Amino acid sequence: MEQTSLATGHEGTMRDQISSYFNRVRGGEMGALPAIAGLVTLSILFAFASPSFLTPLNFANLFVQAAELTILASALVFVLLLAEIDLSAGVTAGVAMAIFYVLSHGGMNWILALLIGFAFGAFTGFTLGFFVARIGVPSFVVTLGFYLGFQGLQVVILHAGGQLRVEIPAIQAIMNESLPAINGWIFLIVSVIFTTILGLWDRSRRARAGLTNRPIGLLILKIGSMIVIGSGVISVLNMNRSQSDIKIIAGVPIVIPITVVVLAIGTFFLDRTRFGRHLYAVGGNAEAARRAGIKVARVRITAFIITSTLACLSGLLHVSRLGGVEATAGRQIVLSGVAAAVVGGVSLFGGRGRLANAAIGALVIAIIENGLGLLEFPAGVNLLVTGAVLTLAATIDALSRKRSGAGTVRA
Amino acid sequence: MTDPVIELRGVAKSFGPVDVLKDVDFKAYGGRVTGLLGDNGAGKSTLIKGLAGVQPFDGGEIRFDGEIVQIHTPRQASNLGIEVVYQDLALCENLDIVQNMFLGREETSRGTLSEATMELQAAKALQSLSVRTVKSVRQKVSSLSGGQRQTVAIARSVLRKAKLVILDEPTAALGVAQTEQVLKLVRRLADSGVAVIIISHNLADVFSVCDDISVLYLGHMVADVATKDTTHTEVVEFITGARTAGAEA
Ligand SMILES: Nc1ncnc2c1ncn2[C@@H]1O[C@H](COP(=O)(O)OP(=O)(O)OP(=O)(O)O)[C@@H](O)[C@H]1O
Ligand SMILES: [Mg+2]
Repeated sequence: MEQTSLATGHEGTMRDQISSYFNRVRGGEMGALPAIAGLVTLSILFAFASPSFLTPLNFANLFVQAAELTILASALVFVLLLAEIDLSAGVTAGVAMAIFYVLSHGGMNWILALLIGFAFGAFTGFTLGFFVARIGVPSFVVTLGFYLGFQGLQVVILHAGGQLRVEIPAIQAIMNESLPAINGWIFLIVSVIFTTILGLWDRSRRARAGLTNRPIGLLILKIGSMIVIGSGVISVLNMNRSQSDIKIIAGVPIVIPITVVVLAIGTFFLDRTRFGRHLYAVGGNAEAARRAGIKVARVRITAFIITSTLACLSGLLHVSRLGGVEATAGRQIVLSGVAAAVVGGVSLFGGRGRLANAAIGALVIAIIENGLGLLEFPAGVNLLVTGAVLTLAATIDALSRKRSGAGTVRA
Repeated sequence: MTDPVIELRGVAKSFGPVDVLKDVDFKAYGGRVTGLLGDNGAGKSTLIKGLAGVQPFDGGEIRFDGEIVQIHTPRQASNLGIEVVYQDLALCENLDIVQNMFLGREETSRGTLSEATMELQAAKALQSLSVRTVKSVRQKVSSLSGGQRQTVAIARSVLRKAKLVILDEPTAALGVAQTEQVLKLVRRLADSGVAVIIISHNLADVFSVCDDISVLYLGHMVADVATKDTTHTEVVEFITGARTAGAEA
């Protein structure tokens, strides 16, 4: 194979790789680092402040609380990457679940009813995308309109305030039941094998093309930390967290593998497919993308469809946790979803961010809520702190954008 | 001389009542750099947009490699092998060099991106132009200098195996050293057999890199000369309308 003399960033020892990583961070590509730092700091603070923070029960609660937000924030990443926003994602999910409730209570097969709810979500996304991409209405305004309108639609469909029970065991199980201990381990093993195969496959393709590979140590490091962190999490989750002596509650909550799989599929889609690449390109420079032959409007519409549809999944998790539907679902959480994505390091200016960022951001927001709740602060404090963290994150975003030069106009 | 890669005969373009291009003849040859000159508003960009399929001509004949062709869309132009490097470059700063070079034409296998293949081809394209200034082909474009960006934009046309590359004011925003580099790059591009058209207001650049010079004056093609047969003064006279092709003899 022909060798090229141009570097590809894969050359050098572990040490070179690590130092070039730190250089990128210093250059403004901080990614999820501030959020991870925040996560660690908050965990330590709360661990000292509250004896109930570091308990298996709270640990499980934290993940379950974060799951709903993680899925919603991940959904929002698709439009945030285009520097657009979807304020209606939460209530779209609310309407979808209301439709599901009414249909399944009217005697329809619940799976079919659920699919119709999701189809409604997809159609809403298409409509939003159409307004934004073809007609040119700013997404902030269209989705604000839908945000208001769909709050009304939820009331119209459900005719009621308060909660309406959903008595479907499979749906209730998602947020309330756990896997048998052994299945948690199997899930980790499968994930590790999958990651290893993907990593080795990438390396072999580069090798076949005659390109240098990063030191294998990096892959080992990645898989090693996955095993260590994963085992830690699963060990704790497999402990008995029941507060009564009669019943044992242990195991990985079912929602966790579901969330991980959604994140993995979404990440694969964004990183490794043409659509994903085009999404980043349109978010970075729509005119450049258009001249390169990318169908910009189609990319935008697809992004809105994905956001709305995935938001419905987060709505389903909400129904599962609550055990029912409510006419006010989705009003509050959408703002936390945007906050989670931004706190995790997704840029509001478009073109920068990954699903992992949304997940980490969601954990930060969930930990604030959880920790302050345990310390029995009044509800207002939680909002104050979350707001401050969001402002801080948006500031970091703007500053790092400046530093990396992406914000400067060039002639 | 060999046959031109691109030849325009009697091309016209008007916007409403305004005739911007009038009965324009124009040629560009493989392996040669043709400078397209003219004062502001002379019609240079309009001519380029016609060739790129962005704003099709109203009338006249386009011959590509001797064959009469129609160019009504950017697709048709790029299928023929015409690539335009616009002045604003049109790169995505959040993507790296490889990703930009393959933008819109990503290689895939079984639905997933073939990163290794693309990386190799991008590196080869840059190498064929003897580009050494970029540190890594996986650098983000946001971290590149103006000259390096220009380089990436030009290398992209090499990657697409262009037969005709059109550069709109490639050195306008560059300093001395970077201008020098880009001009060398343009020369190497032409030496590889590609026909290059370069729009520039900088006569020093034009005389240093162009083999042929064509001058537009108010939508008329007033000069079509080999660089070695003309002088700065003469070209300035063509541009300002003080001399026309008729007066040449
Ligand atoms: N879309 C348009 N509608 C109407 N008139 C136009 C349009 N595009 C260009 N023109 C006119 O056509 C003439 C030639 O414009 P063109 O942009 O081709 O000039 P140019 O030679 O590229 O000038 P410059 O050196 O300033 O870039 C100008 O008078 C301009 O006003
Ligand atoms: Mg112009």
